[in-house]
Amino acid sequence: MYGWLWRHLPGPAAVRVLQLGVLGLAAVAACFLWLFPAIAPSLPFNQQTVEETT
Amino acid sequence: MSAERRRSVAFGVVGVVGELMITTGVLLALFVVWQLWWTDVEAEAVHARIVADFEHAAPAPAPDIAPDIAPAQQGPPPAIAVPGDATTFALLRVPRWGEDYVVPISEGVGRKTVLDVKGIGHYPGTAMPGQIGNFALAGHRQTYGRPFFRAPELQPGDALVVESDAAWYVYRVTESLIVSPRAVEVIAPVPGQPAAQPTEAMITLTTCHPLYTTRQRYVVHGVYESWSAKADGYPEALGSEIIARLEKEA
Repeated sequence: MYGWLWRHLPGPAAVRVLQLGVLGLAAVAACFLWLFPAIAPSLPFNQQTVEETT
Repeated sequence: MSAERRRSVAFGVVGVVGELMITTGVLLALFVVWQLWWTDVEAEAVHARIVADFEHAAPAPAPDIAPDIAPAQQGPPPAIAVPGDATTFALLRVPRWGEDYVVPISEGVGRKTVLDVKGIGHYPGTAMPGQIGNFALAGHRQTYGRPFFRAPELQPGDALVVESDAAWYVYRVTESLIVSPRAVEVIAPVPGQPAAQPTEAMITLTTCHPLYTTRQRYVVHGVYESWSAKADGYPEALGSEIIARLEKEA
């Protein structure tokens, strides 16, 4: 998977490392800004109200 | 297919499965970082902005006012109209939680609309500040700015000061409880007695307990004491440190 990615990135090794870094950062940003906020309310980690049914 | 070819396909499959498992592990670790750290960073910035907007729209008393202490009034407190969902209508200040503690209170207890973004939520249908009945609030104990992180530090007699656009409503803590998540009687008009007719104005804070779990709820009850007009100054219950800080900011 990551080997395939490495083989298909253009340029010398140093440039590829740089590209992987940028891709990694983009993945983390996507998780922090969209993925995690979207799934967190469905997870049972964080309820602070009293309700009839929980 | 030769034996060698089969072996290399098998190694390839094992490699991809291994990489997927490592990726899942990294994602789970990232989720923990996001939940425990980033939600606080984001929420605290949003809370500060809402507080600044609220103070700008309804300024605290002018700094030249003398004396700064507003008289505590015993008459019927000014009523606040029931706001629309997710509308911020007040701020909570708690001297026990430090001079810089101030978190907005908004209508509703939905996580996406209020609790995860705007701080403290007001249970719809419960009393408004100063009214006879139970002014019931919910807030996060950890993450999302954790407005009620220090709930267990509250002692009977501690002030809970609700600031609206026109008035200060002072409540005093009476007791703290640990209850089941289904204990809806704690937000009844008379806390603990769902059928009773209220004669007193109460306040209730609910948050999760124990820390980092949702097994139980930590509940703080308080009773209304008095109100003060914002135009007259600051209520004495805020304490001199908060008043000095607010005067400097005004």
